[in-house]
Amino acid sequence: MIEPSLAADAPRDEIERRLRQTEDELAQLSKISGGQELDLKDQIARLRARVDALRAALWRDPTPWQIVQVARHAERPKLPDYLSALFSDVVELRGDRLFADDRAIFCGLARFDGRAVAVIGHNKGKDTRENLERRWGMPNPDGYRKAIRVARLAEKIGVPVVALVDTPAAYPGIEAEQRGQAEAIARSILVMSQLRAPIVVAITGEGGSGGALAIAVGDRLLMMQYAIYSVIPPEGCAAILWRDAARKEEAAAALRLTAPDLLAAGIVDEIVPEPTGGAHLDAPTAIAALRDALRRALDAVREEEVPALLSERYAKFRRIGPFAG
Amino acid sequence: MLNWLKRPKFDATVERREMPSGLWEKCPRCAQIIYVKELERNAKVCPKCGWHHRLSAAERLSLVVDEGTFEEWDGGMTSLDPLSFPKYAEKAREARAQTGSDDAVITGEGPILDVRAAVGAMDFTFMGGSMGAVVGERITRMFERARERGLPVITFSASGGARMQEGAISLMQLAKTSAAVGRLHDARLPFISVLCDPTTGGTTASFAMLGDVHIAEPGALIGFAGRRVIEQTINQKLPDNFQTAEFLQKHGMIDMIVPRTDLKEALARLLRLMLPHQPAQDARERNDDRAVAGR
Ligand SMILES: [Zn+2]
Repeated sequence: MIEPSLAADAPRDEIERRLRQTEDELAQLSKISGGQELDLKDQIARLRARVDALRAALWRDPTPWQIVQVARHAERPKLPDYLSALFSDVVELRGDRLFADDRAIFCGLARFDGRAVAVIGHNKGKDTRENLERRWGMPNPDGYRKAIRVARLAEKIGVPVVALVDTPAAYPGIEAEQRGQAEAIARSILVMSQLRAPIVVAITGEGGSGGALAIAVGDRLLMMQYAIYSVIPPEGCAAILWRDAARKEEAAAALRLTAPDLLAAGIVDEIVPEPTGGAHLDAPTAIAALRDALRRALDAVREEEVPALLSERYAKFRRIGPFAG
Repeated sequence: MLNWLKRPKFDATVERREMPSGLWEKCPRCAQIIYVKELERNAKVCPKCGWHHRLSAAERLSLVVDEGTFEEWDGGMTSLDPLSFPKYAEKAREARAQTGSDDAVITGEGPILDVRAAVGAMDFTFMGGSMGAVVGERITRMFERARERGLPVITFSASGGARMQEGAISLMQLAKTSAAVGRLHDARLPFISVLCDPTTGGTTASFAMLGDVHIAEPGALIGFAGRRVIEQTINQKLPDNFQTAEFLQKHGMIDMIVPRTDLKEALARLLRLMLPHQPAQDARERNDDRAVAGR
């Protein structure tokens, strides 16, 4: 039920202007009706419907940069939200047994649908204090080495791995380089490619290059509708390409980092639908959709024998990369 | 056989262009003026300061593979432009024209002091040695073929990382090549990774850091994140020696730093040690040893 005066192909900023206007009206009306006897229910319902319609219009065809912003949204569901909603009996396993416990990566055992799994995921914080401790979800080598350790445990006890990917990048820091960030990522990729246990990966937010891929090698790759997966952040790409980080919107489009792009490239297997405007606007619906997708993926991979699983996993990545000649 | 094998041993046309005479070149490290012929005779190691100048893939192969024996694998593969990325097709075309190479790696088989090996050399002059689908595919095929034929693998990396212009497809080459390394390890075949200047980003975060033995050239820049990105993130200046071969060795990532002029010998010695059951050309030497011991 879009406003009759708004053309179907109205420009984005026009829709945004109307949306803000309608939201203001709605807020005002709600305030008035709160303190008084006036029955404004009908009017409020009409405005709400209009807000929904405008949002839908805005999101019928979101730009790649808008999707980047949603993928990075501060209120987007994060690992703790998925952990508490989708898993039970969660037991965190800490430390890489080599140097440290990296808070930027969560590892543990838990139940999904009542059955044991290992969970590995990037762990963005919900506030500044948590984010300082967790480096905004950017792991050090210790995080990847902990992931390797827990993946090997999953292999040993015969349970699948569920990996939840949401990181801007592997942490670019002095200690990270000293302790072998590159080696840790490479090793994790190698171990996951050969792990004799099923692996289901879900890219829930930011799939930031090698820092994401380190825990994103698996048998089924799910990607939330407004998640991104990219070899470089759009800002970095713009800085290299045009020496101007401000051209990030163009770079976001050029990099083809949205879920439909990744599906088309044969990199992800399934897109998990999100509510209009993004998961942060209706987290329970988004989380429920991920539950369904994870359930189907886990059911499918549990059916397979390990040798078949491994050769299919190898082939899955082996065939990515078109060339001429 | 590649036409470069017929060329003079080192071809420094790219760097030479800066000096009008063509006979003299300025070392980027010590700023001394060097006689080009002297530099080339010395495997492009500066005779004044020892700085290892960058080599093209062809120069690298001619330096380590026994002369006239290199057999190229999977030549003729060129990149597509799967994302229709701004200016990519043009840049790739220019790089092909300038370097005379198909892409940023040459792979194939060639004995090193008579020890058979699969060898892959990256070329930093080709779009910063970046790894897109062609590099990923050629590296992967090299590991797969080496496994089928029971050959050890040596890679010479010189790369800024994944090729941005191929987006997530280039990122997946990290997974593809690393998985292929895993299969070579399973077949118990040795893999020596030689990290040359510079090796960073997705290339270090995949096959280049998965060797049984890691060799670096002196002074080579090796790391994951770019210097500027780190400096911006931590808001401080990094020391000069950060991410050098020597820094990495100190932190346990590199087995040995080998001057270029000793590299061929070092590789052959290592390969022989790691292939104890192979009836190589040195079987004769072993028999001689036994004969001596028996006496
Ligand atoms: Zn010099």
